[in-house]
Amino acid sequence: MYIIIVGGGKVGRGAARDLIGMGHEVCVVERDANTAWSINNELGEVALLGDGAEIHVQRAAGMNRANVVVACTGRDQANLAVAQTAQTRFNVDKVIARINDPRNERIFRTLGFGYTISATTAIVSAIEQEVGAGLSRLTKIRSTAFVLSEVVIPQVAPAVGCTVRDLELPPHTVLALIIRDDDQPEVPGPNTLIQAADVVVAVTQPQYEASLREALTGAS
Amino acid sequence: MRVVIMGCGRLGSTLARELDHEGHRVTVIDVDSAAFNWLEDDFRGVTMVGAGEDIDVQQAAGVPEADIFLALANGDNRNAMAVQVAKHIHGAPRVVARIYDPERADVYRQLGINVVNPTTILDEMVRAAAFGQSDVANDDSDEVR
Repeated sequence: MYIIIVGGGKVGRGAARDLIGMGHEVCVVERDANTAWSINNELGEVALLGDGAEIHVQRAAGMNRANVVVACTGRDQANLAVAQTAQTRFNVDKVIARINDPRNERIFRTLGFGYTISATTAIVSAIEQEVGAGLSRLTKIRSTAFVLSEVVIPQVAPAVGCTVRDLELPPHTVLALIIRDDDQPEVPGPNTLIQAADVVVAVTQPQYEASLREALTGAS
Repeated sequence: MRVVIMGCGRLGSTLARELDHEGHRVTVIDVDSAAFNWLEDDFRGVTMVGAGEDIDVQQAAGVPEADIFLALANGDNRNAMAVQVAKHIHGAPRVVARIYDPERADVYRQLGINVVNPTTILDEMVRAAAFGQSDVANDDSDEVR
């Protein structure tokens, strides 16, 4: 596949290194001359010097034949511009955008970019998972409004001893899996009993994560 | 009308002043507070320091209640993102973006955004000033050396 990466910082360069290792043809568009030089030095002649949001640079990079375009500069407005021109002007099949400010996820999604990566969101959910803040997001389900979230049921919680049917779950939310100590993962039905220390994996939407956590752990 | 203007440079401040004098309710956003020096002392509108493409800054500037949102900052990418946040997130009924790059201007027009492209406008005006109106109309300037 031919993959164009716009933005040759740590993220873009790391992605380029791995993708080249996997045998893909890669072009990294980078506007800083020193960075571009250093990429070429490490990875061979893969860097193109220029502003990747400019259409003439995109054309020079061969965007018309790119299978994938990754917009991963440190500026969300540039990533959005790259994503939109790649799609509108060059009909690129798959556009992946990096989001630096998680609040911008909404505008990317609204404009139809489902494949987004947000380091901030990933770090926050990793921290939540480590410190056990009740609910942690495992992943966003690609190009949908849904996320996969994990809730560990505390020793004392209103949900303990309830059946799934009795829970007051928020809308657009389904409990997908329950994992108990050393036991088989189980797909819960309406009559499944929630027990303390259960790990519940649910499909929900970001705006309902707080009410889901409250329904399962009692913590608001 | 309620108008929110992003970018208080020469153009943004001129429009802000004019619209204010005409009786519109104007809010101007700029990342640099020094930019508001472009406005005169009798400006009755609101000034706000912040990035105009930021969803929360737009909220605070009253974009959800605004009739018009104008993105007149210096970067094409920022202006393009700002009008799309205003239009698609905050539901601003009328948005206009200044986009310097003619090719990108076409892309955003295709995406349904009102775009003003100073480069093509000035291109025509400079041709008219240099070669006279008729030559511009014939558009044969490529042959003039």
